Amino acid sequence: MILPETYSSAMEVIQQVIFIVVLGIAGWLVFQRVQLIKSTINLGKPEDLTDQPQRRLSIMMRVAFGQKKMFDKPLVGILHFAVYAGFILINMEVLEIVLDGILGKHRLFASFLGSFYPVLIGFFEFLAVAVLLACVIFLFRRSVAKVARLQPVRHREMNGWPALDGKLILIFEIVLMIAILTMNAADSVLQDLGSAHYPKTGNFWFSQFLKPLFEGWNENALIIYERAAWWFHILGIFAFAVYVTYSKHLHIILAFPNTYFSRLIPKGEMKNMPEITNEVKMMLGLENASGETAEVPERFGARDVQDLSWKNLMDAYSCTECGRCTAACPANITGKKLSPRKIMMDTRDRLEDVGRNMQANKGKFVDDGKSLIGDYILEEEILACTTCNACVQECPVLINPLDIILQLRRYKIMDEAQAPGSWNTMFQNLDTNQAPWKFSAGDRFNWTEGLEQKSAG
Amino acid sequence: MSDLTYKVPTMAEMAAANESPEVLFWVGCAGAFDDRYKKVTVAFVKILNKAGIRFAVLGTEESCTGDPARRAGNEFTFQMLAMSNIQVLDMYGIKKIVTACPHCFNTLKNEYPELGGHYEVIHHSEYLQQLINEGRVRLEGGETFKGKKITFHDSCYLGRANNIYEAPRHVLEALDADLVEMKRCRTKGLCCGAGGGQMFKEPEPGRKDINIERIEEAIGTGANTIAVACPFCMVMMTDGVKNKEKEDAVKVYDLAELIARAEGL
Repeated sequence: MILPETYSSAMEVIQQVIFIVVLGIAGWLVFQRVQLIKSTINLGKPEDLTDQPQRRLSIMMRVAFGQKKMFDKPLVGILHFAVYAGFILINMEVLEIVLDGILGKHRLFASFLGSFYPVLIGFFEFLAVAVLLACVIFLFRRSVAKVARLQPVRHREMNGWPALDGKLILIFEIVLMIAILTMNAADSVLQDLGSAHYPKTGNFWFSQFLKPLFEGWNENALIIYERAAWWFHILGIFAFAVYVTYSKHLHIILAFPNTYFSRLIPKGEMKNMPEITNEVKMMLGLENASGETAEVPERFGARDVQDLSWKNLMDAYSCTECGRCTAACPANITGKKLSPRKIMMDTRDRLEDVGRNMQANKGKFVDDGKSLIGDYILEEEILACTTCNACVQECPVLINPLDIILQLRRYKIMDEAQAPGSWNTMFQNLDTNQAPWKFSAGDRFNWTEGLEQKSAG
Repeated sequence: MSDLTYKVPTMAEMAAANESPEVLFWVGCAGAFDDRYKKVTVAFVKILNKAGIRFAVLGTEESCTGDPARRAGNEFTFQMLAMSNIQVLDMYGIKKIVTACPHCFNTLKNEYPELGGHYEVIHHSEYLQQLINEGRVRLEGGETFKGKKITFHDSCYLGRANNIYEAPRHVLEALDADLVEMKRCRTKGLCCGAGGGQMFKEPEPGRKDINIERIEEAIGTGANTIAVACPFCMVMMTDGVKNKEKEDAVKVYDLAELIARAEGL
């Protein structure tokens, strides 16, 4: 039985309305989340990272767009690139789907592109298959091959939601790709049947092999499947767009600004604290460069996310929890509590909590008695850091966990005056003998004795 | 043995004689006080003497650069030390500094400019490479390293912190030694465990010490010499060798010591 014309066109209008409403809701939800994320990043202290725009652009193009650092592990790099390219390019087809949905058309672009259309869709199908394969392999690596850095058993920060999040995204993408491929296959079968609403485009590169699945289906069943797959695919994408803002998958967007605004100074350089420079100059009787009485800062170092720079906070949202940092961290490798990935995840968790707090209090953060150091990150973790920069070196999107660790240390040492005893001894030695060990400054030149003995002999 | 009489002029002496050095050798606290590392200082000074470099040291006027205080989070102590060092360096009109310590190197080079101290700072691995390339240091008259297996341990503050990976390797290659790499080398080099103030406190609880993890990798290369270019790495790697009871088979040396030996100094 063929559906009556009036019924089916009424269905089309209803579908159009539903589509526009759902698109609106998804857009609104994403917008809300983006606003919240933006406002929490803006809680951070200012840091000017806009110099050398040419160099920044080139870093962004190489590291984010070209995914240079992902190819450190070539196989994973290629697979990840497939998912990434698939994501960007298949979105062009999503544009068609969205326009089809709004306008109530089917395969809108087919009429403009003519014989090129099947080639284009064929190419998208190629990407869809690549994404599908890559995601299956990734899921295998997480669940069966149990790549160490992704395992909650080895890394406590991956327990619960983070481990699930990683798998959910992959399953999601696999299902989406199956939807798009079977949708195209059902579409091709419908074209073969000469169904009214399915313009002839010819078979597509990959979905043609799925056509036997639909052999013997009648036209209605095919239309229902094709429509269902279409709806599933596009609703899935809308859901994904909202989900991403809550997930580690925010990196697909933030990798770009995060690499652009990365620090261009040598990794070994620590940020200066000008407020202390003024004080030290006064203590040494040097002219105060600014000529003003030094402003006493509210706090030395960072106790909470508000004390960090906005870039540290964007770093936290950009982290995709891959754990390359932690796998390279000498402290973590040798069983210490420190995990650079956890530093980033804790910072984001704190930011999300602060964001919820702000939402509940009309956009203003109301003190909840918690702080990043102490309630999220433990002192034991930050004390274990050797500042070796391995985590900074490894991050594929140029996140800097070390910078956060060092700011937390500054708070602990200078604001709370809490240092391990032996560090206090070291500080005392430095203050009194200008050396970290208990040697008299007057003995500093005694090493030449070794030289004389040798040359005399 | 050698006809050379080694001289170590101080800046105070040079300034009094109205002279200025080609380069200031920044000795560093380990270089001045640590018994093992004093040998590196001595070796480097011999190389400079032999090459006829007009250098000077600050002697008792040198202070810690402040690196360990800054990394531990004590910015006050760091800046007090840095400021007084800058005063001394500027008083003598120092333009160029060479140091064997990557931590001093990093701080002097990257962190003093913000506080008003601007100098050309080079690490001794780069300096030795230059001297070898220019023919001012000739690796003859001493021990031969031909065919000896040497592995180089990258220090974090030379490598990742400042992107110096090749200079120390070129120096070792000049020895004609058989340079074998650890799996974790260059950008992937594993820390010795001493940076960031760890040198001055006990490690946090864990499964093992970082220097043990590293020394196992170094010994695993089959090299009988582990070359380092940092006083902290020297301590950590030496302790690691002792821990593994390999003191007889495996030795830890600084680049400068190897060069001095090749020169017969």
